[in-house]
Formats: sequence, structure tokens, C-alpha cells
Amino acid sequence: MRLELHKRPVASTALSYLAPVIALTLTLVAGAIMFALMGKSPIAALYTYFIEPLLDPWSRDQVFFKATPLAIIAIGLCVCFRSGNWNIGAEGQYLIGGLVGATVPVLFPAFSSPLLLPIMIVMGMIGGGLYAFIPGFLKARFGTNEILTSLMLVYVAQQFVDWMVRGPWRDPQGMGFPGTKQFDDSGILPNLVGTWDTHWGAVFAIIAAVAFWFMLSRTLKGFEIAVLGQSPRAGRFAGFSARQMTIFAFVVSGAMAGLAGISEVSGSVEKLDDKLSLGYGFTAIIVAFLGRLNPIGCIFAALLLALSSIGGESAQIMLGISDRATRVFQGMLLFFVLASDTLIHYRIRLVGRTPAAREGAV
Amino acid sequence: MESPAPTTPLFEARGITKIFGELRANNNVDLTIEQGEIHALLGENGAGKSTLVKIMFGSLQPDGGEMFWLGEPLAVRAPAEAREAGIGMVFQHFSLFDSLTVAENIALSSPPGENISDIAERAEMLATQYGLPLDPTSLVGDLSVGERQRIEIVRCLMQDPQLVVLDEPTSVLTPQEANTLFETLFRLRDEGRSILYISHRLEEVQRICSTATIMRHGKVVDSCDPREETAGSLAAKMVGADIVDVVRPALKGEGAQILEVTGLSSFADHPFATALKDITFNVRAGEVLGIAGIAGNGQGELFARLSGEEPASGGSVKIDGSECIEHGVTERRASNAAFVPEERLGHGAVPVMRLSENMLLTHHGEDGVTGGGGLRTVAGRFVAKAAQAVVSAMDVRKSSHNPPAASLSGGNLQKFIVGRELVRKPKLLIVNQPTWGVDAGAAAHIRQSLIDLAAEGSAIVVISQDLDEIFEIASDVAVMADGHLSPVEPVANMTRERIGLLMAGQNASEVAA
Repeated sequence: MRLELHKRPVASTALSYLAPVIALTLTLVAGAIMFALMGKSPIAALYTYFIEPLLDPWSRDQVFFKATPLAIIAIGLCVCFRSGNWNIGAEGQYLIGGLVGATVPVLFPAFSSPLLLPIMIVMGMIGGGLYAFIPGFLKARFGTNEILTSLMLVYVAQQFVDWMVRGPWRDPQGMGFPGTKQFDDSGILPNLVGTWDTHWGAVFAIIAAVAFWFMLSRTLKGFEIAVLGQSPRAGRFAGFSARQMTIFAFVVSGAMAGLAGISEVSGSVEKLDDKLSLGYGFTAIIVAFLGRLNPIGCIFAALLLALSSIGGESAQIMLGISDRATRVFQGMLLFFVLASDTLIHYRIRLVGRTPAAREGAV
Repeated sequence: MESPAPTTPLFEARGITKIFGELRANNNVDLTIEQGEIHALLGENGAGKSTLVKIMFGSLQPDGGEMFWLGEPLAVRAPAEAREAGIGMVFQHFSLFDSLTVAENIALSSPPGENISDIAERAEMLATQYGLPLDPTSLVGDLSVGERQRIEIVRCLMQDPQLVVLDEPTSVLTPQEANTLFETLFRLRDEGRSILYISHRLEEVQRICSTATIMRHGKVVDSCDPREETAGSLAAKMVGADIVDVVRPALKGEGAQILEVTGLSSFADHPFATALKDITFNVRAGEVLGIAGIAGNGQGELFARLSGEEPASGGSVKIDGSECIEHGVTERRASNAAFVPEERLGHGAVPVMRLSENMLLTHHGEDGVTGGGGLRTVAGRFVAKAAQAVVSAMDVRKSSHNPPAASLSGGNLQKFIVGRELVRKPKLLIVNQPTWGVDAGAAAHIRQSLIDLAAEGSAIVVISQDLDEIFEIASDVAVMADGHLSPVEPVANMTRERIGLLMAGQNASEVAA
């Protein structure tokens, strides 16, 4: 007896919707086994991870708050990954977006105007976009491996932002702590609801998800992205330019990462400091794939990953479960999602001994 | 090898059945291959030949039936076991890694232990012996289709097989090269080996095969001696009906110049590419120019410069009177030109995309296809309807309403890709290898539709390695060799021998008519 994969003649539509549900179920089962092996009650652990944060208003706010940058970055990455360009450096574009977006309030602290926030957001997007243009251009012009260049530029960005907030841009009245002056009130992205931490970035995420979904599924640009991602030669035959697409995809995803960056800087910290880099740009890669490179899917994937990390924090406090368990959990989730995707294209069949095998070997 | 076979059959399959979903790709198939015979397996695309061959080779497991090797039961669970038993395979679709060298690709299917330089040496020796010149250090990605097939043949011979299965082996060879291959096959047969020869070229089958098994719709419908049949009777058995001969109407006077190519040149983009050297030719309305040549002599490069996919380094391409040399493929399509590339999957069509999406691939620049102003939204229903029109006009057979391109058989996908260009009634159509690996029925349909388009006043360029095809449809012929194009001549002035010499690179002046 063995399992065989049989390719379906046509991909199953039902399973393309069911696969994430199957994956989530399998993750929960595997997670329960893991907690049982650790000597914790699986029910209590899963409850703490996935249910409790949803019941408590503060935790709920934290889930939305953490999901916001993840979703915004992942939505941009959908364009990049679908077109076959591997931007691994969203974290760097996020940082540079935050830095460039903060230029006006840092250099002109007296400038107070309703225009300040839009200026900051646009500059943040330009900053992230231009920073992503570097690996995009290098790939398009010289055939450089974009995975390496975009990743290396993350470290450059981290060091550069760190130097800026400790050196030229440090607030002289900041007691020596690294960080710029607090922004003018007109440069602060408002919270969504009164005392929440979640800011208007969440609205940007939803608007972006709808806009990007429309572009990818309904416009010629979306078709071009898909064709070049799947079959560059067929794309060239269609008259699409792979080089222009590389630059487009990098700049768009960089601009989205920059938007996430400036939203965090102006909506959460309200100044630029040395704690901006929290790994959102890397986690967003998981979010993008978990959301099956679909912008709407990215919103749900971002919420799920945010939920598991908030749940992980409370599991750490309440049950003494290490935060590494959370990472194992996220890893299992990604694993099962990718594995369940197989079901969309293949049918699993349990096969007995084949007729040929029954005859025995010669 | 006329003596009756006194021995047990080398290979025997009984009642082989293979089911894919609803489709019985093989339905109770029997096949007996005697020792030392060249056995033809005939059938249209989709008749189940490839499925049967994959089962023999262990890359598919049958749902029923038995196989025997020299009378003993044979179990083949994986290609390695088939090779061990003595079955060697040359697949129609090459299973080669582009980023590896010829020798490395051959080493991948060799038993472990032998070092790669020995393999390279042995491969080169075999290649020379069988007239299939190969440089073992070339990267496969840089080789033409014809050269890739040579690797497959040599790779198979490396295993010293008792039974060699060849799937459409001559479709990329010149007549002279094919003759060399046949001599190779005769030599293998005289050594006592057997050959299962899959081909659509009936005259070849008649020439070299002593038995033919004919399949249609997954079943064996007949078994005969092809030498006692006519090409017509064999074809009729294959398709279950008489094939309509291609009808070529006489040209009516001189048409207008549609394509004028002057001094077209290009550099070789990579070490194994062919540079185009000063190519000049014209095609008038109503003409079908056949460009013959051996694979890898610059046909692919010429196609890419005519379509505008790749830039030329010099010269001029005028389509319907206007200069297009600086234009990309979309602009050339807007000038009413249409193109059909050689590779169906991955060049002419995106394998995972549905037919309607593949329709959009070459029609996105047209009116009505996109709307929404600057947003350029795709008019999905309009495109789907256009795709359905192509499907019915070209009689494309498919398993569902709007399937992915990769699920169609080669012949049906080719009909779709050609039909996709015919619907726009282009003034100029450039086709590279229009019927490569396509069954006889689909090939006749495609050729007839090209001729009909010319009769309506379009100019057509057919780049083909298939001389039968060129003689069947071309009104004028030119030959490519090493990036040069011989002067265009009316097909009536050309013979096979003369084309063969031009293919080998001799000057037109030396090869007098």
C-alpha cells in the first residue's frame, strides 16, 4: 500500500478555498500534540493562543495593530512575488520609508499644517520605492541576484537609520536616548478609535488590498504580472518587458513597505527611533504566501499571524510556554498551508499493489 | 530480417488499461514486439501512444493489464527499472536540464559510479558513430531543439538497450540526417535489438518498419505490415476517416509587397546562438515563403527579429510598407502582422493559464479587449468568446470548457495557437515549425488554413525543418544555413537534393538548379 499523487486535469476550485481551512485544522491538531508533549493542557494552550486575544478588547486592538504593517507590506509583495521577482528586503524599504517620511517633521519641526501628514506619507512611499529601485535596477540592468542585493540592503538600512537617530537627527533634549524629536501634532497619523493603538494604517491596508486585488485580477497590468511570473518567454512574445516589470514590481512593493514604515513612525512611535525594525518586513513574506499572493488573503493572513504572536505573548505569561513555541507554530502553519496547496492540483489516492507488481519481479 | 521470428517475443503487453479521470487513455491495449524488428506505433495525437510508452517505461503505472519480457512477467515501477530491464527511451518532450551540460545530463540517467569525463568521452564516441554530432560540454539551455534531441538519442544508446523506443525522432532532422538515423536504426536491428518507432510520417514508417500497430482513442484498432499499405490507407486507419489532401490554389498575378527584409543582421547573444548575416528577402501578398534549414542555423533568431521580440543589430524590416525595425512585438501586431513561435508551451502559450487567458496573450493590444480608460481593465467575456470562436473554427478538442493550455494535446494546442492568429486575418503571418510533433489530421488542418489565408491575400512565412511540409504548402523557398539565407526561388525550381545541399551550407551559385 502506498499513497500516490494524481494530477487533476483541472485545478479544483472547491479545494482552493478549503485548503487554508484544512491547513489551519492540521496546525491546530499538530499544535495540540506539541503542547501535550510539553506537558501543557492542549485545550488551555490553544484557547490562550487563538481565543483569548479575541475576547479581550486590549488584545484585539493589539492584533489589529500588529496586523496593519504586516498586511500593507505583504500586499505589495504579492505584486513582486507573482511577477517572479524575489524582494526579500521589504524590512529595509520599510525602514527607509520611515526615515524619508520623517524628514520634514525632523528638519522643520516648526512646520505645522494639515499638509504635513500627506507630505510625510508620500515621501515615505517614495523613499521605500526608491530604496527598492536599487535591487530592481541592478537585476534589470546587470542580471544581479535580487534576493542577495535586496537582503543586503536591509542591513545597510538598519545601520543607516540607527546612525541617523543616534547622530545627526538625535533630539538634543532626549536625555541621550537615540531618537528624533517628537513630531508636530499635525504629523501624527490618528488612531482609528480613541484610545486604541491601531491607527489609520489599518484603513490604508484595506484600501490597498481592494485596489491591488482589482489590479491583479481585472486589469491588463495584472495579466502582465502573471504572465511574466509564470512564463517569461511567453511574456516577451506577448510584448511585455520583463525588465520594466522587475523595476515596477520592486518599486511598487518598496512603496508599500515605505507606507507601512511611515505609518508606524507617525501613527505609533510619533518619532523616528532605533526600535523601528521589528522584522515586519520578513514576517510579511510568510503573510504574502499564507494569503496565497492574493491581496485580500493577505489581510486574513496578517490577522492570523498577528493573533498567533499576541496569543503567544499571553501564553508565555500565563502558561509559561516559551515564545519559541509561537515560532514553531507559525512555521507549522506555513508548512501545512503549502502542503495543502498540493491538494488543489493533485488528488491523493491510496494504491494497493499494482498489477505489474503482483506478477513479481523477473 | 525477413525470416519468420522463431523466438519468443521480446516484449509483450496484454490488456493494458490506464484511466485519467473520465478518460480511458489506454483501453485494453495489446502490443507484441518481436526480437530484431522495427515496429511502428501509429496514431493521432491523443490516441494513447504516449501513455502506453510511459507505462512501458515505468513513468506511469497501469490500472490494469500485464507486461512480459522474453516471455517472463515484467514489472516496471520506475524508469530506472525499465532501463535495467533493457528498455531505452527517447521521449518526444525532452527531459533535459537547461542549466547543465550535455555530459551532465547524460550522467544523470547513467548508473552512479562512472565519472563524468568518461561519460562525456563515451557519449561523444557514440554520437560520432551514429552521426549525431554533439559537444558534451555545451549547456543544454543554449542548444536548439534538434540538438537537444540528439542528446536524448545518445543518452538512450548509452544504456545499451535491447528495446529502443523513439517518439517522433525525425521531425527535426534533414533528409540526409534522417537517412543516417535510419542506417543507425537498421544497424541496431541487425544487432538483434528491437525498435518501437512512433511517428506521424507515414512514408518513413513504410520505409523502415516491418510491423505497425495502430491506435485510435486509446484502443488498438489495427495491426498490419506498413509496406503492404499506402500512406493513404495507413492515415485512414489512424484517423478513422480519409484525410483531406491540402489543396493549393494557383496564385493570381503579383500581389503587393507585404514583407520586405533588407540586410537584417544580429549578433549572437550567447556562445551557442547563431548570428544573422545580412538577410534579405521579400514576400508578396498571396505567397507562402518556406524557409528550410537544419535546427540551430538561425531560424529561431530570425523569427525573434521578425516578430520584434529581440532587437536586430542592423538592417530593415518593412511590414506593409512601413519600417518596423525599431518596433516591439505589440507594435508589429498593430501593423497587422501575426506570429506563431516554435515552442507551444512556455513561448506561444502559458501552460498553467486557461485558453481564454492565452487568447489575451497576443490580442491585448486590440480594440474592445481592454476598457476602463487608463486602468485598462480586461473585457473577460469578450476574450472568452473570442477564444471559443477559435476553438470552434479550428476544431480544438479539449476536456473541459476553458482548460489550461498544458492540458491540451500538442496538436490541439497548436491548432489553438495558429487559430488565435488567423482570427485577426493578418496581412502577414510568420510561423516557426507550424506542425512539429502534431498528428497528421491536425497538421493537414493547419497547413490548409495557412494556404487559405494566403489565398485571401495575406503573405505567409513558414519556417520549417519538414521538407514535406515545405513542398506541400510553399510557393517559394529559401534555405537557412549558419545565419545566412539563400536567395528566394519558386518552389518549382527546387528539389530535395538541392535543398539538402543548401542546408549543408553550400552557396546557391554552386548549387545550380
